[in-house]
Amino acid sequence: MASETLTSSEYIRHHLEHLTWGHLPDGTWGIAQNAEQANAMGFWSLNVDTVSVSFLLGAVFLFIFGRAARKATSGVPTGLVNFAEWVVEFIESSVRGSFSGKNTMVAPLALTIFFWIYLMNWMDLIPVDYVPHLAMALGVPFFKVVPTTDPNATFGMSIGVFLLVLYYSVKIKGLGGFIGELTLQPFGKFGLPANLFLEGVNLISKPISLALRLFGNMYAGEMIFILIAILPFWLQWTLSLPWAIFHILIVTLQAFIFMTLTIVYLDMAHQEHH
Amino acid sequence: MNINATLLGQTIMFVMFVWFCMKYIWPPITNAMGERAKRIADGLAAGERGKSELDLATKRSLEILHEAKQKAAEVIAQAEHRAAQIIDEAKSDAKEEGERLLSGAKAEIEQEVFRAREALRDQVAALAVAGAEKILRQEVNAAKHAELLKSIQGEL
Repeated sequence: MASETLTSSEYIRHHLEHLTWGHLPDGTWGIAQNAEQANAMGFWSLNVDTVSVSFLLGAVFLFIFGRAARKATSGVPTGLVNFAEWVVEFIESSVRGSFSGKNTMVAPLALTIFFWIYLMNWMDLIPVDYVPHLAMALGVPFFKVVPTTDPNATFGMSIGVFLLVLYYSVKIKGLGGFIGELTLQPFGKFGLPANLFLEGVNLISKPISLALRLFGNMYAGEMIFILIAILPFWLQWTLSLPWAIFHILIVTLQAFIFMTLTIVYLDMAHQEHH
Repeated sequence: MNINATLLGQTIMFVMFVWFCMKYIWPPITNAMGERAKRIADGLAAGERGKSELDLATKRSLEILHEAKQKAAEVIAQAEHRAAQIIDEAKSDAKEEGERLLSGAKAEIEQEVFRAREALRDQVAALAVAGAEKILRQEVNAAKHAELLKSIQGEL
């Protein structure tokens, strides 16, 4: 789609730019109109698109399941209730399969993580130009609609999970038990530095792998959609349709993996010795 | 960034994608949902049926128990009746037997009395004859006077 006004690389760059709100160079607070302004904002800025879309989808999730929960009866479920029960049953069987401790928080957490990520991943299947074009029409310079292609979102979730892991590790094993776990194995107390290094890497790798796996997969998927969009329009569907169909699997799988790993990490936090 | 045919290409793809989902993704999901609802409905119906069957069985068992009790009472009453009958029969049998024995004994006694009387009569006759012989100091021809003796014997 090489046009006079926009080269391919500009097109791609435009699609990968977040709608960022922060401190502008002229001293006011506002939305960055280009990549340079966004970069200049530094840490204290917000990706408005990521925040708003993820918030909206979280609200959708709460709305769907809240409605289902209020309509749930002991009779034969229909429609929405049936669907919600199906999902809850699936999550519960996953939790029962991999979580051995006793914690009523894990299953709702798993459901929330799964469905929220699932909905956010589905945004990937909206044609890549739709939302940015709509945003442009409304006077918004950029809009990246898939929150899970923003490492801020994936790291936000994985750090949340990480804090829960730390909290339950200390709660179940005690501070001493947790520190002991980090320092006294696998080499015994004389290999303390090596133990701390190995267990520390092990611990830190949990949130990083969680976040990067999801981000990497979704970002790559989005990137390929954008690359396909550069092809002549009558040719695009030959590639983008198979990729979209394949993505049905990917979005489900990535949400499922994030959820399962969350359960597994929390399970490890609940076990005295692993 | 400007609007151009890319949007058209994506729309083509999007329509095809939606069609694909409608054709191949949606039906299995709705089928699964339908099956799940049906399974639950069946389960609930089975539970309901089981419950009503249990009620029925409880009622039936109570009926059977009641019937059995009634039958048992009947059997006991019959048995008591029969026992009374047997006792009555035994009583009447015993009475009859006793009476029979009594009458037998009476008859025997009568016979004995008769026989003793006969013997006594014979002896008295002989005594009378002997007495008469002595009185008449002559032999009475037994053959000749048999008739006479017999009449005496009959009078005694």
